[in-house]
Amino acid sequence: MKRVNGDNSSLQWFLKGAAGIISIPAFILMGAFVGFCSFSYETGVPMIQVAFMTGMMWALPGQLILIGAMIAGASLPAAAIAVGLSSMRLMPMVTVLIPEIRSKSTPTWKLLFLSHFIAVTTWVYTMQHVRDIPKNGRLPFFAGFAITMTCANVVLVAVLYGVIDRLPEMVAGALFFLTPIYFITSIWASARTPEVYFAMVAGLILGPIFHYLTPGYSILVAGIAGGIIAFALERSFRKFWGADES
Amino acid sequence: MSPDSLFDNGYWTYLYILIAGWLVTDVWRWLGVLIGNRLSNDSEVMYLVRSIATALVAAVIAQMILYPSGALSTTPVWLRIGACAIGFSAFLLSRQQMIVGIVVAEVVLFGGLFAIS
Repeated sequence: MKRVNGDNSSLQWFLKGAAGIISIPAFILMGAFVGFCSFSYETGVPMIQVAFMTGMMWALPGQLILIGAMIAGASLPAAAIAVGLSSMRLMPMVTVLIPEIRSKSTPTWKLLFLSHFIAVTTWVYTMQHVRDIPKNGRLPFFAGFAITMTCANVVLVAVLYGVIDRLPEMVAGALFFLTPIYFITSIWASARTPEVYFAMVAGLILGPIFHYLTPGYSILVAGIAGGIIAFALERSFRKFWGADES
Repeated sequence: MSPDSLFDNGYWTYLYILIAGWLVTDVWRWLGVLIGNRLSNDSEVMYLVRSIATALVAAVIAQMILYPSGALSTTPVWLRIGACAIGFSAFLLSRQQMIVGIVVAEVVLFGGLFAIS
């Protein structure tokens, strides 16, 4: 992304963000939703409900868990706890993104509304691009990208439901494999401070370990433990090399 | 509620999705806003939060590579790990061109599948 003049209007930044729908990450996420679409068709949950939960939740892992709960006939509290646990990871992501995109005058209600559109892909994409955007353009840029992505995927689910009931094995495999390598490279490329590198490595190693130690909660436990380890490492490095290093 | 009545297009299903889907998801986002609104991105606490957020996503990534569902689950785990590792190395060597990392990872995966089939 090229640096553009700081006096562009909010609308222009919103449209610039919306244009991000034609990008590799947008394509990858839509690929994942195509996979979700064929999965939910197989389970028999009606299209309107699948599209409704896509727009209202906008968190693919949570949506998979909710559909799993629905077809298992899980009680409302059981489903809510399972989905809530998987969505907990959104909180630190939102906390990190908010200072990047808000300006001093941004009202909280606006951030509360826009936070709905933060999910892993929109988080990674925005974190990567905001540094090239002047402060006043960041919120509209994020809103343009994230709202467009959400709406586009709701439409995609509604249109493709039942049309693509089974993808060719190779195509599905290639689509599913895009997501992890995209996340690794984009988070690495957008890191500005060293604890991000430590945290990435810690999470990749601890995820599988806690998969055996604490099945069901492995992501949450690995994330918190890995994050604390990465933070401690970064601090001790900073102390060792002197405060001016960071 | 039995699964049958759950799939009726009645209000109950939408209420179920709203409470067990929307509310329990967005409540974490709202908390994130309220906390993030009080912190600047170079504060000490923010370093810790950023570490945890990154490690959480990394743990999800590890899950996708090691325990995939669907089409990838039939591919050998060493090939998936190798493809990601080689793709990531290519990304670093290409001075962090994401597209290079992604293309190399896919080529290694499918080249490998082709070679062992």
